[in-house]
Amino acid sequence: MNKIIIEHLSLQYADGTESLRDVSMSIVANAITVLFGPAGGGKSTLLRCLNRLNDLTEVRVASGKILLDGENILDPQTDVIALRRRVGMVFARPVVLPLTIRGNLTYGLELAGEKRKSRLDEAVEHSLKLAALWEEVRDRLDDPAIALSGGQQQRLCLARSLAQQPEVILLDEPTSGLDPISTGKVEAALQELKKEYTIVLVPHSVQQAARTSDYAAFFLQGELVEYGEGKEIFTNPKNKRTEDYVEGRFG
Amino acid sequence: MLRKTFESDIQQLKDELLLLGSMVEQQTLDAVEALKKRDLEAARRIYAADAKINEKRFAIENQVMILIATQQPMAHDLRLLASIFEVSAELERMGDYAKGIAKVNIRMGDEPLLKPLIDIPRMAKIASSMLHRALTAFVNEDAEAARAIPEEDDEVDGLYNQVYRELMTYVMSDPRTIDRANYLLWAAHNLERMADRVTNICERTIFIVTGEMTEIDVSDDEMKAE
Repeated sequence: MNKIIIEHLSLQYADGTESLRDVSMSIVANAITVLFGPAGGGKSTLLRCLNRLNDLTEVRVASGKILLDGENILDPQTDVIALRRRVGMVFARPVVLPLTIRGNLTYGLELAGEKRKSRLDEAVEHSLKLAALWEEVRDRLDDPAIALSGGQQQRLCLARSLAQQPEVILLDEPTSGLDPISTGKVEAALQELKKEYTIVLVPHSVQQAARTSDYAAFFLQGELVEYGEGKEIFTNPKNKRTEDYVEGRFG
Repeated sequence: MLRKTFESDIQQLKDELLLLGSMVEQQTLDAVEALKKRDLEAARRIYAADAKINEKRFAIENQVMILIATQQPMAHDLRLLASIFEVSAELERMGDYAKGIAKVNIRMGDEPLLKPLIDIPRMAKIASSMLHRALTAFVNEDAEAARAIPEEDDEVDGLYNQVYRELMTYVMSDPRTIDRANYLLWAAHNLERMADRVTNICERTIFIVTGEMTEIDVSDDEMKAE
Protein backbone atom coordinates (compact mmCIF):
# COMPACT_ATOMS: atom_id res chain seq x y z
CA MET A 1 0.00 0.00 0.00
CA ASN A 2 1.27 3.49 -0.81
CA LYS A 3 1.39 5.76 2.23
CA ILE A 4 2.74 8.75 0.35
CA ILE A 5 2.46 9.56 -3.34
CA ILE A 6 4.63 12.30 -4.78
CA GLU A 7 3.32 13.67 -8.07
CA HIS A 8 5.39 15.80 -10.45
CA LEU A 9 7.07 17.71 -7.65
CA SER A 10 9.37 20.56 -8.70
CA LEU A 11 11.11 22.87 -6.24
CA GLN A 12 13.09 26.04 -6.69
CA TYR A 13 15.47 27.99 -4.51
CA ALA A 14 14.78 31.69 -3.94
CA ASP A 15 17.20 32.64 -6.71
CA GLY A 16 15.20 30.58 -9.20
CA THR A 17 17.62 27.64 -9.52
CA GLU A 18 16.04 24.26 -9.56
CA SER A 19 16.25 22.01 -6.52
CA LEU A 20 14.04 19.11 -7.56
CA ARG A 21 12.81 18.48 -11.09
CA ASP A 22 9.50 16.78 -11.74
CA VAL A 23 9.84 14.03 -9.16
CA SER A 24 7.15 11.36 -9.03
CA MET A 25 7.38 8.35 -6.74
CA SER A 26 5.42 6.39 -4.17
CA ILE A 27 6.44 5.60 -0.62
CA VAL A 28 5.20 2.22 0.48
CA ALA A 29 3.72 1.74 3.96
CA ASN A 30 5.52 -0.54 6.45
CA ALA A 31 8.75 -0.48 4.52
CA ILE A 32 12.00 1.46 4.53
CA THR A 33 12.44 3.71 1.53
CA VAL A 34 15.89 5.27 1.15
CA LEU A 35 16.66 8.42 -0.81
CA PHE A 36 20.31 8.31 -1.81
CA GLY A 37 22.82 9.94 -4.13
CA PRO A 38 25.62 12.50 -4.12
CA ALA A 39 25.39 15.67 -2.04
CA GLY A 40 23.26 18.37 -3.57
CA GLY A 41 21.00 15.90 -5.32
CA GLY A 42 17.84 17.03 -3.59
CA LYS A 43 17.25 14.06 -1.30
CA SER A 44 17.25 15.99 2.00
CA THR A 45 15.15 18.69 0.41
CA LEU A 46 12.59 16.12 -0.61
CA LEU A 47 12.67 14.54 2.84
CA ARG A 48 11.98 17.92 4.43
CA CYS A 49 9.05 18.48 2.09
CA LEU A 50 7.37 15.42 3.53
CA ASN A 51 6.61 17.24 6.77
CA ARG A 52 6.83 20.76 5.38
CA LEU A 53 10.10 21.68 7.11
CA ASN A 54 11.05 23.55 3.96
CA ASP A 55 8.44 26.14 4.85
CA LEU A 56 11.14 27.69 6.98
CA THR A 57 13.75 27.82 4.26
CA GLU A 58 14.09 29.57 0.97
CA VAL A 59 12.66 26.76 -1.07
CA ARG A 60 9.53 27.24 -3.10
CA VAL A 61 7.25 24.59 -4.48
CA ALA A 62 6.99 25.32 -8.17
CA SER A 63 4.52 22.59 -8.94
CA GLY A 64 3.32 19.17 -7.90
CA LYS A 65 1.61 17.40 -5.03
CA ILE A 66 2.55 15.25 -2.07
CA LEU A 67 -0.35 13.04 -1.07
CA LEU A 68 -0.31 11.57 2.43
CA ASP A 69 -3.12 9.02 2.59
CA GLY A 70 -4.58 10.77 -0.43
CA GLU A 71 -4.47 14.34 0.96
CA ASN A 72 -2.19 16.94 -0.50
CA ILE A 73 0.01 18.14 2.36
CA LEU A 74 1.34 21.02 0.27
CA ASP A 75 -2.12 22.55 0.36
CA PRO A 76 -1.90 25.91 2.20
CA GLN A 77 -4.85 24.83 4.36
CA THR A 78 -2.86 21.93 5.86
CA ASP A 79 -2.45 22.10 9.63
CA VAL A 80 1.33 21.89 9.69
CA ILE A 81 1.56 21.15 13.42
CA ALA A 82 -0.80 18.21 13.04
CA LEU A 83 1.10 17.08 9.96
CA ARG A 84 4.38 17.02 11.86
CA ARG A 85 2.79 14.88 14.53
CA ARG A 86 1.85 12.36 11.88
CA VAL A 87 5.21 12.65 10.12
CA GLY A 88 8.12 12.75 12.57
CA MET A 89 11.73 13.65 11.84
CA VAL A 90 15.11 12.55 13.19
CA PHE A 91 18.18 14.57 12.19
CA ALA A 92 21.81 13.76 11.52
CA ARG A 93 23.02 15.12 14.83
CA PRO A 94 20.95 14.22 17.84
CA VAL A 95 19.25 17.30 19.21
CA VAL A 96 18.35 16.42 22.78
CA LEU A 97 16.43 18.93 24.86
CA PRO A 98 18.18 20.18 28.03
CA LEU A 99 15.87 18.00 30.12
CA THR A 100 15.91 14.56 31.68
CA ILE A 101 15.61 11.45 29.53
CA ARG A 102 11.96 11.21 30.56
CA GLY A 103 11.44 14.93 29.97
CA ASN A 104 12.65 14.61 26.38
CA LEU A 105 9.97 12.06 25.71
CA THR A 106 7.03 13.63 27.54
CA TYR A 107 7.65 17.22 26.44
CA GLY A 108 5.80 16.94 23.16
CA LEU A 109 2.92 15.00 24.67
CA GLU A 110 2.49 17.51 27.49
CA LEU A 111 2.53 20.29 24.95
CA ALA A 112 -0.26 18.45 23.17
CA GLY A 113 -2.27 18.44 26.39
CA GLU A 114 -1.56 14.99 27.83
CA LYS A 115 -1.34 15.30 31.62
CA ARG A 116 -2.14 11.81 32.89
CA LYS A 117 1.01 10.39 34.48
CA SER A 118 0.10 6.81 33.64
CA ARG A 119 -0.26 7.69 29.96
CA LEU A 120 3.03 9.56 29.95
CA ASP A 121 4.88 6.72 31.69
CA GLU A 122 3.39 4.29 29.24
CA ALA A 123 4.53 6.41 26.30
CA VAL A 124 8.05 6.72 27.74
CA GLU A 125 8.46 2.97 28.14
CA HIS A 126 6.84 2.08 24.83
CA SER A 127 8.81 4.55 22.75
CA LEU A 128 12.12 3.65 24.41
CA LYS A 129 11.47 -0.01 23.75
CA LEU A 130 10.68 0.68 20.13
CA ALA A 131 13.91 2.64 19.75
CA ALA A 132 15.87 -0.22 21.38
CA LEU A 133 17.02 2.02 24.23
CA TRP A 134 14.81 0.89 27.13
CA GLU A 135 17.19 -1.69 28.59
CA GLU A 136 20.03 0.80 28.66
CA VAL A 137 18.22 3.68 30.39
CA ARG A 138 15.30 2.22 32.34
CA ASP A 139 17.06 2.77 35.67
CA ARG A 140 18.05 6.36 35.01
CA LEU A 141 15.12 8.02 33.34
CA ASP A 142 15.57 11.12 35.49
CA ASP A 143 19.19 11.68 34.53
CA PRO A 144 19.92 14.53 32.14
CA ALA A 145 19.63 13.34 28.55
CA ILE A 146 22.86 15.08 27.67
CA ALA A 147 24.77 12.48 29.72
CA LEU A 148 23.91 9.77 27.20
CA SER A 149 26.39 8.64 24.55
CA GLY A 150 25.97 9.86 20.98
CA GLY A 151 24.39 6.60 19.89
CA GLN A 152 22.00 6.64 22.83
CA GLN A 153 21.10 10.28 22.21
CA GLN A 154 20.22 9.44 18.63
CA ARG A 155 17.99 6.59 19.72
CA LEU A 156 16.44 8.95 22.30
CA CYS A 157 15.60 11.33 19.44
CA LEU A 158 14.07 8.44 17.58
CA ALA A 159 12.08 7.52 20.70
CA ARG A 160 10.97 11.15 21.10
CA SER A 161 9.67 11.14 17.60
CA LEU A 162 7.91 7.80 18.25
CA ALA A 163 6.30 9.07 21.48
CA GLN A 164 4.09 11.29 19.31
CA GLN A 165 2.75 8.12 17.68
CA PRO A 166 3.52 9.26 14.17
CA GLU A 167 2.61 7.29 11.06
CA VAL A 168 5.70 8.17 9.09
CA ILE A 169 9.27 8.61 10.36
CA LEU A 170 11.75 10.66 8.36
CA LEU A 171 15.45 10.21 9.11
CA ASP A 172 18.15 12.44 7.68
CA GLU A 173 21.52 10.68 7.95
CA PRO A 174 20.65 9.54 11.47
CA THR A 175 23.85 7.56 12.01
CA SER A 176 26.41 9.79 10.34
CA GLY A 177 28.06 10.54 13.67
CA LEU A 178 27.83 7.07 15.17
CA ASP A 179 30.22 4.14 15.49
CA PRO A 180 29.40 0.80 13.79
CA ILE A 181 27.80 -0.74 16.89
CA SER A 182 25.50 2.22 17.55
CA THR A 183 24.76 2.38 13.83
CA GLY A 184 23.87 -1.30 13.93
CA LYS A 185 21.50 -0.71 16.84
CA VAL A 186 19.71 2.12 15.07
CA GLU A 187 19.46 0.08 11.85
CA ALA A 188 18.16 -2.93 13.76
CA ALA A 189 15.58 -0.71 15.48
CA LEU A 190 14.43 0.57 12.08
CA GLN A 191 13.97 -2.98 10.81
CA GLU A 192 11.62 -3.61 13.74
CA LEU A 193 9.87 -0.25 13.45
CA LYS A 194 8.95 -0.68 9.83
CA LYS A 195 6.41 -3.30 10.89
CA GLU A 196 4.32 -0.48 12.36
CA TYR A 197 5.53 2.63 10.59
CA THR A 198 6.43 3.97 7.21
CA ILE A 199 10.09 4.95 7.17
CA VAL A 200 11.91 7.30 4.81
CA LEU A 201 15.65 7.43 5.28
CA VAL A 202 18.43 9.52 3.78
CA PRO A 203 21.42 7.28 4.55
CA HIS A 204 24.94 8.58 5.09
CA SER A 205 26.51 6.07 2.71
CA VAL A 206 25.65 3.84 -0.22
CA GLN A 207 26.44 0.87 2.02
CA GLN A 208 23.81 1.94 4.52
CA ALA A 209 21.35 2.49 1.69
CA ALA A 210 22.01 -1.06 0.51
CA ARG A 211 21.75 -2.57 3.99
CA THR A 212 18.57 -0.92 5.08
CA SER A 213 16.44 -0.35 2.01
CA ASP A 214 13.31 -2.17 0.98
CA TYR A 215 12.92 0.46 -1.72
CA ALA A 216 15.57 2.86 -2.95
CA ALA A 217 15.45 6.07 -4.97
CA PHE A 218 18.60 7.45 -6.57
CA PHE A 219 18.77 11.24 -6.87
CA LEU A 220 21.24 13.16 -8.98
CA GLN A 221 21.22 16.92 -9.36
CA GLY A 222 17.55 17.28 -8.58
CA GLU A 223 16.46 14.40 -10.73
CA LEU A 224 15.02 11.09 -9.61
CA VAL A 225 17.16 8.82 -11.79
CA GLU A 226 15.92 5.44 -10.66
CA TYR A 227 13.51 4.02 -8.14
CA GLY A 228 12.86 0.39 -7.30
CA GLU A 229 13.34 -2.45 -4.84
CA GLY A 230 16.60 -2.14 -2.92
CA LYS A 231 17.87 -5.58 -3.87
CA GLU A 232 17.38 -4.71 -7.55
CA ILE A 233 18.95 -1.24 -7.35
CA PHE A 234 22.09 -2.54 -5.63
CA THR A 235 22.64 -5.69 -7.68
CA ASN A 236 21.17 -4.90 -11.04
CA PRO A 237 20.33 -1.21 -11.54
CA LYS A 238 18.69 -0.34 -14.81
CA ASN A 239 20.25 3.08 -15.27
CA LYS A 240 23.94 3.50 -16.12
CA ARG A 241 24.27 6.51 -13.81
CA THR A 242 22.85 4.55 -10.87
CA GLU A 243 25.24 1.70 -11.64
CA ASP A 244 28.26 4.01 -11.79
CA TYR A 245 27.29 5.60 -8.50
CA VAL A 246 26.62 2.41 -6.53
CA GLU A 247 29.88 0.97 -7.91
CA GLY A 248 31.66 4.04 -6.57
CA ARG A 249 33.07 5.12 -9.92
CA PHE A 250 31.28 8.38 -10.31
CA GLY A 251 32.66 11.56 -11.80
CA MET B 1 20.70 -9.38 18.25
CA LEU B 2 22.31 -6.93 15.90
CA ARG B 3 21.58 -7.52 12.21
CA LYS B 4 18.86 -10.02 12.93
CA THR B 5 17.58 -9.88 9.36
CA PHE B 6 21.02 -10.70 7.99
CA GLU B 7 21.39 -13.65 10.37
CA SER B 8 18.05 -15.07 9.31
CA ASP B 9 18.90 -14.54 5.63
CA ILE B 10 22.09 -16.56 6.15
CA GLN B 11 20.18 -19.32 7.91
CA GLN B 12 17.72 -19.44 5.06
CA LEU B 13 20.57 -19.74 2.55
CA LYS B 14 22.04 -22.64 4.53
CA ASP B 15 18.64 -24.34 4.49
CA GLU B 16 18.41 -23.87 0.74
CA LEU B 17 21.89 -25.34 0.33
CA LEU B 18 20.89 -28.40 2.36
CA LEU B 19 17.82 -28.76 0.21
CA LEU B 20 19.93 -28.60 -2.95
CA GLY B 21 22.25 -31.22 -1.43
CA SER B 22 19.40 -33.59 -0.69
CA MET B 23 18.12 -33.19 -4.24
CA VAL B 24 21.56 -34.21 -5.53
CA GLU B 25 21.75 -37.19 -3.15
CA GLN B 26 18.36 -38.40 -4.23
CA GLN B 27 19.16 -37.97 -7.91
CA THR B 28 22.36 -39.97 -7.49
CA LEU B 29 20.72 -42.88 -5.66
CA ASP B 30 17.77 -42.87 -8.07
CA ALA B 31 20.04 -42.80 -11.13
CA VAL B 32 21.99 -45.85 -9.93
CA GLU B 33 18.82 -47.68 -8.92
CA ALA B 34 17.33 -47.02 -12.36
CA LEU B 35 20.52 -48.31 -13.98
CA LYS B 36 20.50 -51.42 -11.84
CA LYS B 37 16.91 -52.14 -12.85
CA ARG B 38 17.40 -50.87 -16.41
CA ASP B 39 14.38 -48.64 -15.87
CA LEU B 40 14.51 -46.29 -18.84
CA GLU B 41 11.46 -44.33 -17.86
CA ALA B 42 12.97 -43.49 -14.49
CA ALA B 43 16.24 -42.58 -16.20
CA ARG B 44 14.46 -40.09 -18.46
CA ARG B 45 12.71 -38.58 -15.47
CA ILE B 46 16.03 -38.22 -13.60
CA TYR B 47 17.66 -36.73 -16.68
CA ALA B 48 14.96 -34.06 -16.89
CA ALA B 49 14.94 -33.34 -13.16
CA ASP B 50 18.50 -32.05 -13.36
CA ALA B 51 17.04 -28.75 -14.56
CA LYS B 52 15.52 -28.24 -11.11
CA ILE B 53 18.94 -28.61 -9.52
CA ASN B 54 20.42 -26.04 -11.87
CA GLU B 55 17.55 -23.69 -11.13
CA LYS B 56 18.05 -23.98 -7.39
CA ARG B 57 21.77 -23.39 -7.74
CA PHE B 58 21.15 -20.14 -9.63
CA ALA B 59 18.59 -19.05 -7.05
CA ILE B 60 21.18 -19.59 -4.30
CA GLU B 61 23.84 -17.71 -6.28
CA ASN B 62 21.47 -14.83 -6.80
CA GLN B 63 20.63 -14.64 -3.12
CA VAL B 64 24.35 -14.71 -2.21
CA MET B 65 24.97 -11.81 -4.58
CA ILE B 66 22.12 -9.81 -3.09
CA LEU B 67 23.48 -10.36 0.41
CA ILE B 68 27.03 -9.43 -0.57
CA ALA B 69 25.79 -6.27 -2.29
CA THR B 70 23.37 -5.18 0.37
CA GLN B 71 24.89 -6.39 3.64
CA GLN B 72 28.61 -5.86 2.98
CA PRO B 73 29.66 -9.00 4.85
CA MET B 74 33.11 -9.01 6.41
CA ALA B 75 35.46 -11.64 7.83
CA HIS B 76 33.63 -14.88 8.74
CA ASP B 77 30.40 -13.77 7.06
CA LEU B 78 32.25 -13.03 3.84
CA ARG B 79 34.05 -16.39 3.88
CA LEU B 80 30.74 -18.13 4.51
CA LEU B 81 28.92 -16.42 1.64
CA ALA B 82 31.82 -16.95 -0.78
CA SER B 83 31.86 -20.61 0.25
CA ILE B 84 28.11 -21.04 -0.22
CA PHE B 85 28.63 -19.69 -3.73
CA GLU B 86 31.34 -22.28 -4.36
CA VAL B 87 29.53 -25.19 -2.74
CA SER B 88 26.35 -24.54 -4.70
CA ALA B 89 28.45 -24.87 -7.87
CA GLU B 90 29.98 -28.14 -6.60
CA LEU B 91 26.50 -29.51 -5.94
CA GLU B 92 25.31 -28.54 -9.36
CA ARG B 93 28.23 -30.44 -10.92
CA MET B 94 27.44 -33.47 -8.77
CA GLY B 95 23.90 -33.23 -10.09
CA ASP B 96 25.41 -33.43 -13.57
CA TYR B 97 27.13 -36.69 -12.61
CA ALA B 98 23.78 -38.18 -11.61
CA LYS B 99 22.33 -36.94 -14.85
CA GLY B 100 25.30 -38.55 -16.64
CA ILE B 101 24.44 -41.91 -15.08
CA ALA B 102 20.84 -41.54 -16.27
CA LYS B 103 22.21 -40.74 -19.72
CA VAL B 104 24.31 -43.92 -19.74
CA ASN B 105 21.16 -45.84 -18.90
CA ILE B 106 19.23 -44.22 -21.76
CA ARG B 107 22.08 -44.81 -24.22
CA MET B 108 22.25 -48.49 -23.36
CA GLY B 109 18.73 -48.82 -24.69
CA ASP B 110 17.62 -52.44 -24.80
CA GLU B 111 21.03 -53.92 -24.13
CA PRO B 112 21.26 -55.91 -20.90
CA LEU B 113 23.82 -55.02 -18.23
CA LEU B 114 27.19 -56.65 -18.79
CA LYS B 115 27.05 -57.89 -15.20
CA PRO B 116 24.72 -57.38 -12.25
CA LEU B 117 25.56 -54.17 -10.38
CA ILE B 118 27.06 -54.66 -6.93
CA ASP B 119 29.98 -52.30 -6.43
CA ILE B 120 28.46 -49.33 -8.27
CA PRO B 121 25.44 -49.10 -5.93
CA ARG B 122 27.85 -49.36 -3.01
CA MET B 123 29.87 -46.49 -4.44
CA ALA B 124 26.67 -44.45 -4.79
CA LYS B 125 25.66 -45.17 -1.23
CA ILE B 126 29.02 -44.16 0.22
CA ALA B 127 29.33 -41.06 -1.96
CA SER B 128 25.81 -39.89 -1.05
CA SER B 129 26.41 -40.48 2.61
CA MET B 130 29.71 -38.55 2.41
CA LEU B 131 27.91 -35.71 0.70
CA HIS B 132 25.16 -35.67 3.30
CA ARG B 133 27.56 -35.50 6.20
CA ALA B 134 29.87 -33.01 4.46
CA LEU B 135 26.96 -30.63 3.98
CA THR B 136 25.83 -31.05 7.56
CA ALA B 137 29.38 -30.24 8.68
CA PHE B 138 29.35 -27.26 6.32
CA VAL B 139 26.17 -25.67 7.66
CA ASN B 140 27.20 -26.43 11.25
CA GLU B 141 30.70 -25.11 10.52
CA ASP B 142 32.17 -28.25 12.04
CA ALA B 143 35.80 -28.30 10.91
CA GLU B 144 36.63 -31.50 12.75
CA ALA B 145 33.97 -33.50 10.93
CA ALA B 146 35.02 -31.86 7.67
CA ARG B 147 38.60 -33.06 8.13
CA ALA B 148 37.51 -36.67 8.73
CA ILE B 149 35.07 -37.20 5.86
CA PRO B 150 37.53 -37.06 2.91
CA GLU B 151 39.33 -40.13 4.26
CA GLU B 152 36.35 -42.20 3.19
CA ASP B 153 37.12 -41.27 -0.39
CA ASP B 154 39.71 -44.08 -0.33
CA GLU B 155 36.92 -46.59 -0.07
CA VAL B 156 35.16 -45.15 -3.11
CA ASP B 157 38.44 -45.12 -5.05
CA GLY B 158 39.05 -48.73 -4.01
CA LEU B 159 35.63 -49.76 -5.30
CA TYR B 160 36.23 -47.90 -8.52
CA ASN B 161 39.47 -49.78 -9.10
CA GLN B 162 37.70 -53.02 -8.37
CA VAL B 163 34.96 -52.21 -10.91
CA TYR B 164 37.63 -51.22 -13.43
CA ARG B 165 39.59 -54.45 -13.09
CA GLU B 166 36.49 -56.56 -13.20
CA LEU B 167 35.21 -54.89 -16.36
CA MET B 168 38.62 -55.27 -17.99
CA THR B 169 38.49 -59.02 -17.49
CA TYR B 170 35.17 -59.09 -19.37
CA VAL B 171 36.62 -57.01 -22.19
CA MET B 172 39.75 -59.15 -22.43
CA SER B 173 37.83 -62.37 -22.60
CA ASP B 174 35.36 -60.99 -25.16
CA PRO B 175 36.27 -57.70 -26.88
CA ARG B 176 32.68 -57.34 -28.16
CA THR B 177 31.66 -56.36 -24.64
CA ILE B 178 33.75 -53.21 -24.82
CA ASP B 179 30.76 -50.88 -25.29
CA ARG B 180 28.77 -52.34 -22.45
CA ALA B 181 31.82 -52.33 -20.17
CA ASN B 182 32.50 -48.75 -21.08
CA TYR B 183 28.98 -47.66 -20.12
CA LEU B 184 29.37 -49.08 -16.63
CA LEU B 185 32.86 -47.65 -16.25
CA TRP B 186 31.42 -44.27 -17.11
CA ALA B 187 28.81 -44.55 -14.36
CA ALA B 188 31.44 -45.67 -11.84
CA HIS B 189 33.74 -42.85 -12.83
CA ASN B 190 30.99 -40.31 -12.22
CA LEU B 191 30.52 -41.62 -8.69
CA GLU B 192 34.23 -41.55 -8.06
CA ARG B 193 34.35 -37.90 -9.15
CA MET B 194 31.38 -37.10 -6.96
CA ALA B 195 33.17 -38.33 -3.87
CA ASP B 196 36.20 -36.24 -4.86
CA ARG B 197 34.04 -33.15 -4.96
CA VAL B 198 32.83 -33.85 -1.44
CA THR B 199 36.42 -33.13 -0.41
CA ASN B 200 36.11 -29.65 -1.91
CA ILE B 201 33.07 -28.98 0.28
CA CYS B 202 35.03 -30.11 3.34
CA GLU B 203 37.90 -27.80 2.41
CA ARG B 204 35.43 -24.90 2.31
CA THR B 205 34.13 -25.77 5.75
CA ILE B 206 37.64 -25.60 7.16
CA PHE B 207 38.15 -22.32 5.31
CA ILE B 208 35.05 -20.79 6.92
CA VAL B 209 36.15 -21.78 10.40
CA THR B 210 39.88 -21.09 10.19
CA GLY B 211 40.18 -18.62 7.33
CA GLU B 212 42.78 -20.86 5.73
CA MET B 213 42.36 -22.61 2.43
CA THR B 214 43.91 -26.04 2.94
CA GLU B 215 44.13 -28.73 0.34
CA ILE B 216 43.06 -31.99 1.94
CA ASP B 217 45.46 -34.70 0.74
CA VAL B 218 43.91 -37.12 -1.65
CA SER B 219 45.23 -40.65 -1.51
CA ASP B 220 47.44 -42.19 -4.16
CA ASP B 221 44.59 -44.45 -5.11
CA GLU B 222 43.08 -41.58 -6.98
CA MET B 223 46.07 -41.43 -9.30
CA LYS B 224 45.38 -45.01 -10.26
CA ALA B 225 41.68 -44.31 -10.53
CA GLU B 226 41.99 -41.33 -12.84
